Amino acid sequence: MVENQRGLDIFAHVVLLLGVATVAFPVYIAFVASTHTSTAFVSGTIPLLPSTHAPASYGDVLAGGVAAQMSVPISLMLFNSMVMALLIAAGKIVISVLSAFAIVYFRFPFRVLGFWIIFITLMLPVEVRIVPTFAVIADLGLLNSYAGLTVPLMASATATFLFRQVFLTIPDELTEAARIDGAGPMKFFRDILLPLSQTNIAALFVILFIYGWNQYLWPLLITTDSGYYTIVAGIKRMADVVESEPLWNYIMAVTVLAMLPPVAVVIFMQRLFVKGLVDSEK
Amino acid sequence: MQTKRTIFGNKGLPYLLLAPQLAITAVFFLWPAGQAVHQSFLREDAFGLSTTFVGLRNYRALMDNSEYLNALQVTVVFSIATVVLSLGLALILALAVDRMLRSAAAYTTLLIWPYAVAPAVAGILWWFIFNPSIGILPFVLEQTLGRDWNHNLSGQDAMILVVIAAVWKQISYNFLFFLAGLQSIPASLREAAAIDGAGPVKRFWTITLPLLSPTTFFLLVVNVVYTLFDTFAIIDATTGGGPAQATNILVYKVYDDGFVGLNLGSSAAQSVILMLIVMMLTFIQFRYVERKVTY
Repeated sequence: MVENQRGLDIFAHVVLLLGVATVAFPVYIAFVASTHTSTAFVSGTIPLLPSTHAPASYGDVLAGGVAAQMSVPISLMLFNSMVMALLIAAGKIVISVLSAFAIVYFRFPFRVLGFWIIFITLMLPVEVRIVPTFAVIADLGLLNSYAGLTVPLMASATATFLFRQVFLTIPDELTEAARIDGAGPMKFFRDILLPLSQTNIAALFVILFIYGWNQYLWPLLITTDSGYYTIVAGIKRMADVVESEPLWNYIMAVTVLAMLPPVAVVIFMQRLFVKGLVDSEK
Repeated sequence: MQTKRTIFGNKGLPYLLLAPQLAITAVFFLWPAGQAVHQSFLREDAFGLSTTFVGLRNYRALMDNSEYLNALQVTVVFSIATVVLSLGLALILALAVDRMLRSAAAYTTLLIWPYAVAPAVAGILWWFIFNPSIGILPFVLEQTLGRDWNHNLSGQDAMILVVIAAVWKQISYNFLFFLAGLQSIPASLREAAAIDGAGPVKRFWTITLPLLSPTTFFLLVVNVVYTLFDTFAIIDATTGGGPAQATNILVYKVYDDGFVGLNLGSSAAQSVILMLIVMMLTFIQFRYVERKVTY
């Protein structure tokens, strides 16, 4: 610190505590709501302190069948979300590592064209071209399948660029040494490139897991079979019916469950998360 | 384009390596985007039985369509409010954390986790808090200011609701990048200014803020993209574009007209316009990145 200013330090602490409290406030309210019985909301305001009903609320939603709109067990939705997030993250990484390897370590006709085609995916968010993309999935018969949930989201320009950056920093001498020792391209890729990019892969995996978990519009559109519902899209389906019969405690329990896995990833793998976030935006 | 000095000579292998990425891009990105462009020049009759080529009429119709112009205006208001608030609040928090020595790491952890919350979930959280009949904030507003909150009826209330949810979700991201930017400013600069007699406020305006401008510009572009597209889920989970179109942003209208209204030609034309906007923003972002690299 440049100079010691007690007043400014205290002010900064106050600002930060306010910030932390504001950020945590909605989640606290949701958690409190999830620990009450549904009758607690009839009185007209949300209770501000937790009650003892939490195990029942969470147990009920995980098992499913609480009410018509919650017939699907949340445990199944959590499982679907987990499958989707892991498949998207793994798929994106595999596809991007391979294409970055091709672009950096080979010279071939149409290389620049290939690079630009990948670049274009960066410019077309799924929300923007949702109607024709949905038509493609329907034509391919991929509605209500894990393939339909994940494959269209696997192409990734950012991940490809990230690995291209990483590979460009790996010294040429390593490649030369590998070639002199008689290693072919795939052996070099497996034994040298992949181990060297381990941390980058892990960091990116964290970011992509969160990305996959939080997908909303895509699963909402292409899953009509409740066996494939994901939790983030599922909340909306429950909340829609809520006006007639507000089961707030259950809806908030589902909300808390929906954010638990990705938030846990950010908190417990904070170093990787920050690295992944900063890396992928370069 | 940059490449390696030492490369491998295989002829077919690079194509094989690129194949999965290119196949997915072609089937799920290029083809649908092409379809959207094609569709935007057509008009389909109400039963989907025949289509006619209408040239630019879908685009021209949009320019005269008061709902579309309203969506444009709503998007501008929503974007500016969200970007300014989330950048401003994040900068204040980052400046405060940057002062801390021992507690910086703890504060950082407590501030960044909302990044992991899905926009749809963020929407639901605030929608619950602002629920007109049982929500805690409408209750407080009623008691203290006598203000009657109802985002189901008042367009202004609905806009405030979606802006708050969008800002809450985005602060953590902006905070992280601002903090990284602040920490890369050499302490010696600030010390020199302090010795020359510049107080904290003056140092902020003359040293910190100018040196932070690359970060701010980068965040500006990223945040505009965020408010234009990623906030779809927030709108859908809370207001559904209502009441009376008050929160119907452009990306939501594409979906609403295409899937709910089944007006495919108009929806496709809107898609194409949005794609052009994203391309422009991506281009600006990359121009900036190039500059930063050579800088």
